[in-house]
Amino acid sequence: MPGQSARTEPAERKPGLDRILRDVWYVFWREMLLPLRDPFSLVFSLLQPLVFLGLFGPLLGSAVGAPAFGGQSTLQWFLPGVVVMIALFGTSMTGSNLQYELMTGSYERILATPLSRSSLMIGRALKEWAPLVVQGLLISVVCIPFGFVLHPLHVLFGLIILGIFGIGLGALSYALALVSQTKEWIFWGVQQTLLFPLMILSGIMLPIEAGPEWMRVASLFNPLTYLVNAERELFAGAVGADTLLGLLAASVTAAVGLVVGVRAINRNIS
Amino acid sequence: MIHTNKLSRTFVARKETVEAVKGVDIDVAPGELVAFLGPNGAGKSTTLRMLTTLLKPTSGSATVAGLDVVADPAGVRARIGYIGQGNGGGHSYRVIDEMVMQGRFYGMNTTDAKARADELLKSLDLADLAKRTVIKLSGGQRRRMDVALGLMHSPRLLFLDEPSTGMDPQNRANLWEHIMRMRAEHGTTIVLTTHYMDEADSMSERVIVIDHGTIIADNTPARLKADLAGDLLAVEVAAASAAEVRGLLGRAAAEGEVEEHAYDGVVRFRLRLSNGSRLAPELLRRMHDAGAPAQSLELKPPTLDDVFLELTGRSLREGAEV
Repeated sequence: MPGQSARTEPAERKPGLDRILRDVWYVFWREMLLPLRDPFSLVFSLLQPLVFLGLFGPLLGSAVGAPAFGGQSTLQWFLPGVVVMIALFGTSMTGSNLQYELMTGSYERILATPLSRSSLMIGRALKEWAPLVVQGLLISVVCIPFGFVLHPLHVLFGLIILGIFGIGLGALSYALALVSQTKEWIFWGVQQTLLFPLMILSGIMLPIEAGPEWMRVASLFNPLTYLVNAERELFAGAVGADTLLGLLAASVTAAVGLVVGVRAINRNIS
Repeated sequence: MIHTNKLSRTFVARKETVEAVKGVDIDVAPGELVAFLGPNGAGKSTTLRMLTTLLKPTSGSATVAGLDVVADPAGVRARIGYIGQGNGGGHSYRVIDEMVMQGRFYGMNTTDAKARADELLKSLDLADLAKRTVIKLSGGQRRRMDVALGLMHSPRLLFLDEPSTGMDPQNRANLWEHIMRMRAEHGTTIVLTTHYMDEADSMSERVIVIDHGTIIADNTPARLKADLAGDLLAVEVAAASAAEVRGLLGRAAAEGEVEEHAYDGVVRFRLRLSNGSRLAPELLRRMHDAGAPAQSLELKPPTLDDVFLELTGRSLREGAEV
């Protein structure tokens, strides 16, 4: 706020890490109560990636041809992409649930509790990420009979990287919901407009190497590209440079997201 | 319990600066029940939101429950309860789940939170609805749930923003009964905003009248009314004796202003009298002695709206949007 910077104010006491983690757990748990009280919604969220994998995978193999996948089987190449996609869709919707709470007074009621501001975003983002752990493992297991080779620890590490990325994306989604307030169409408009270019330019669905030069260059500026590459490396059972770059991209996204998100909360309540 | 020093808040909208709250000094002692009264947009809610750390002051300072609102907002929030204008329960949640989570947000363990939730739901007549989804509650039930949520951690200082707006009279009375009982039991300090003057009048012990972002009066409702408004007296006399009565009333009137209105051989006088119920009999006797007896008399005790009118020249009713 203008005029506020000129004022000398006592430094705000920051909550410690243990407090933030505890608060994250509470916020996460409150969000989890919704699917837990209505478990049927979880069944659908498990079916979705299977349908995608089952219907899109075969088309991909025959349309693009095996050489484009760098020597991997189509499934081995495509499955990590699907997992990233679920994470992308899930965590980018973090803000949409918030919009309902903005319209009633429940967001304000929770703001008035001692919960730390960052925990509000992290807890909500992690709730969107949590089903991914189950989804990711499930589709991996289901794909084993079709030639997919499962490396459980690698996959788990991959899911954790996606969780870090999800916190960042979730926080950005949260900020977007605060900015668009009760105008839902703004939230969905921006979310959809950004989501698809990011997704296509990361090589989730089709190998970016098959595209023109400018797309390859554009993909280098897309954090999602590094994430997808990291997941592909991990799902193939290796840990290397791609994994590190992916972890870095996820951490940067998380840091940027949280800074933007906390600022949005503080500005919004003004 | 609350101490503010020149607490101010300005908003900038479309390059226009609006001073919502202009340097208010407020002191509230433990156990008080204080109402912020004023029309919509007067700065009541903005003040309340600064005191509850939901809004940062532009300048000035405030200490709430012993802590500075800017230096330790989370600490302040842990010590106070806040019941906002909207409904606090998430629509898709079960009542009991929201209650228990609210307790956990304040650092209670699950066992204590469950016990406290059961106790509150019982005392607010919501026990049968514990497993119901919030969206299925009626308006009055939801508002009682808001109160229950605000009381989960047994705050010693409770803020209520327009607690009964939009409620029917029965539910309002019911809500107040709960708030007053809780106050009697725990000695809770209560600060609320309202634009219902009858509510401020009957419920609070102290009224802070806010208009255009400043405090224009701060006293008990009774003192405000006696000092600033006085009773409204209307007397009708025969036109022939109007001259004597005019003189008599002119000397008695609080502000010396007497309105008169003649019709059908009768003159109707209206004036403000401080302490009218004591003065009126004496006035009647004198009129009788002067050979100008009253044909009718009407005496109306003042309302806080009269106080507001006296202070600002505007009626609170006109200012209040519906």
